[in-house]
Amino acid sequence: MRRVHKAVIASAAIALLGTACTGTSSAPPASDDATKETTITFWHGWSAPSEAAAITANVKSFEAKFPNIKVKVVGNINDDKIKQALRAGGPSAPDVVSSFTTDNVGTFCTSNVFADLKPFLDKSGVDLDKTFPKPLQDYTQFQGKRCTLPLLNDAYGLYYNKDAFKAAGIAEPPKTLSEFDAIAKKLTKPKGDGYAQLGFMPNFHGYESTATHFAAQWNPTYFTPEGKSNLAADPAFGKMLTWQSNLVKELGGFAKLEKYRATFGDEWGAKNPFHTGQVAMSIDGEWRLGMAKEAGVKFDIGVAPFPVPDEQADSYGKGYLSGTIIGIANTSQKQNAAWELVKYMTTDTEGVVNFSNGIHNVPSTLDALKSPNLKIDEKFKVFLEIAQHPKSSTTPASPNGGAYQLTLQDFGYAFESGKQTDLAAGLAKADAQIDKDIAQAK
Amino acid sequence: MATISVGLRHKRRKERLRNLAFLSPWLIGVSVFFLYPLISTIYFSFMKYDGFTPPVWTGLKNWRYVFTDYPFFWPALRNTLWLVIIMVSLRVVFGLGIGMLITKVKTGAGFFRTAFYLPYLAPPVAATMAFAFLLNPGTGPVNNILGSIGLPQPGWFNDPAWSKPALTLLALWGIGDLMVIFMASLLDVPQEQYEAASLDGASWWQRFRFVTLPNISPIVLFAVVTGVIQTMQYYTQPLVAGKVASGIIGGSGQQFEPGYPEKSTLTLPQLVYHLGFQRFDTGGASVIALVLFVLAMVFTGLLMRRGSGFLATDD
Repeated sequence: MRRVHKAVIASAAIALLGTACTGTSSAPPASDDATKETTITFWHGWSAPSEAAAITANVKSFEAKFPNIKVKVVGNINDDKIKQALRAGGPSAPDVVSSFTTDNVGTFCTSNVFADLKPFLDKSGVDLDKTFPKPLQDYTQFQGKRCTLPLLNDAYGLYYNKDAFKAAGIAEPPKTLSEFDAIAKKLTKPKGDGYAQLGFMPNFHGYESTATHFAAQWNPTYFTPEGKSNLAADPAFGKMLTWQSNLVKELGGFAKLEKYRATFGDEWGAKNPFHTGQVAMSIDGEWRLGMAKEAGVKFDIGVAPFPVPDEQADSYGKGYLSGTIIGIANTSQKQNAAWELVKYMTTDTEGVVNFSNGIHNVPSTLDALKSPNLKIDEKFKVFLEIAQHPKSSTTPASPNGGAYQLTLQDFGYAFESGKQTDLAAGLAKADAQIDKDIAQAK
Repeated sequence: MATISVGLRHKRRKERLRNLAFLSPWLIGVSVFFLYPLISTIYFSFMKYDGFTPPVWTGLKNWRYVFTDYPFFWPALRNTLWLVIIMVSLRVVFGLGIGMLITKVKTGAGFFRTAFYLPYLAPPVAATMAFAFLLNPGTGPVNNILGSIGLPQPGWFNDPAWSKPALTLLALWGIGDLMVIFMASLLDVPQEQYEAASLDGASWWQRFRFVTLPNISPIVLFAVVTGVIQTMQYYTQPLVAGKVASGIIGGSGQQFEPGYPEKSTLTLPQLVYHLGFQRFDTGGASVIALVLFVLAMVFTGLLMRRGSGFLATDD
């Protein structure tokens, strides 16, 4: 019996020793020589053939400038894969990583999974204020720690079906939300228990019709300076939810809209409901222009900034901003070479402009936004202007990524469906939940 | 005397070493794949550990968070229990029923065996996506048919009241594994026992209750225990169904909603992934993994205990 005890204790001790040895990855010093022959690995999330071709061209132009650095490009990578690879480290792990999820910057920075870029920026003399617009600087750092840089930018605006507008006798896109609501109702054509055409899909599951995208039109403050959730205290959230739930009711009610939503095709495919004419207006990013073209949309597409609340009519032109971020893996043994790629992709005007042209995203540097080489038409110009609007905003980084947005959205689902009717109590409860989740992450 | 004792000790030591050598594959397997992960999980459940920085002792913080503050835990636990009770029971009854029907079929048994077994071979993701298409409340053929004959059209994967029944339908469609096992055991029941029961005037139900069931009871117990364990690990189907039905597959700036609709398809393994691999909260994920472990042990223990009287004996 004593032997059994000993064996159990020994197993436990070995196990504890083993576990105690895990997860102590420390940052290697950036001591590699970026002028010598080397190969670095770059992971990104783009998967569409046109996007993959654009990123390949971008990397090739980098290799032409830095012939000693070869780049192994791995595409179609999502954040879950990135997290696991960076956690595991090792020679197969990436040196440079890009992600579509700006929400995860807080997690990436606090966990030291991405290297601090300040020494690299200082070394190269990059002045952030002269290089990147302010909102983009904000969403690529967390609590003063800069572990990522912006790699192109996404701006959200209003897409509308010009043919449907013409048929309904509407001359101009709406500028305020009251105009928008009236137009959405005018464009809505009921058919049986569904719709022949819906003016706008306001439900929070309606693809890009999310709480955070709408809320940006009120310029909300998500957190207090002390880092506490601010949903109940900032009237912006209550106003946004009230406007959205009213529109849900006016367009036929939650259940009817949900049933109609179930008929929508894939958001990222040719059967997107805006492409098919199922909805006459939608909120979406600038990428929709290219996607609609690829899908062979027959009607004339109009784009404009998303309408603003009536009391903020003077801020028309703003919108929600997001984008792709890029950083250097803390476990990389080739951080100096990796920095050359990151610096090129994020700050080289020619590189940024070419990539932007290839991928139909908004450029992320001030110089690239003004570049004459930028291929812009009148429609794309709208998004460039939204991206540069001083009141355009984004969602802040937090220690647990986008968990707070999920909590807000969760309450949004309950409120739009009428399952929760007490707005103030619901927002206060969401605040408490967000604070608990952040406390757990700290 | 001393020489004999030394020799005996030497012989016994050799025997012990030989026994250990024979046991070593099992010992190594259990240590590496069971004991070490189990002890690690217990250890991490008391730590703050993100996988990048060294673990830090936090006492019961992770346990308190999961049980009192994590909004997804209790809905996931309720869903898991619902699935364990309803889905496992229906799968066993349905698998046994199909097995019994096919053993009675005189012609075309091979066709029916194949037809009922094939769905089991479908990859879970593809099968779930196909069901999400068939049961789409707006465009799915099932609701079209129900509507055309004047029956109510449920929201299926888009309705919190119908999402778990829809998952159960999917599980019943892939009943092939249980059907084959039950068929093998049903064909093994001695025919003379049925003949004797018939001569005694036993009804269909009496033949099933007093002949069939006692003979196949070990298989029924096996089906229930493995079904419970599989349901505790239920991950792919509810995740895919939720994602497809919500329409939010993931994109720039989008937050995926776990357990769409209204957390009704959340299961505990999804939370292990959500906390451990998406939020970097290894501590919280370890707590949920331990809850799953304890639940599986309790269910299995109870079933084995209750089932011991249920098992057929030789005498």
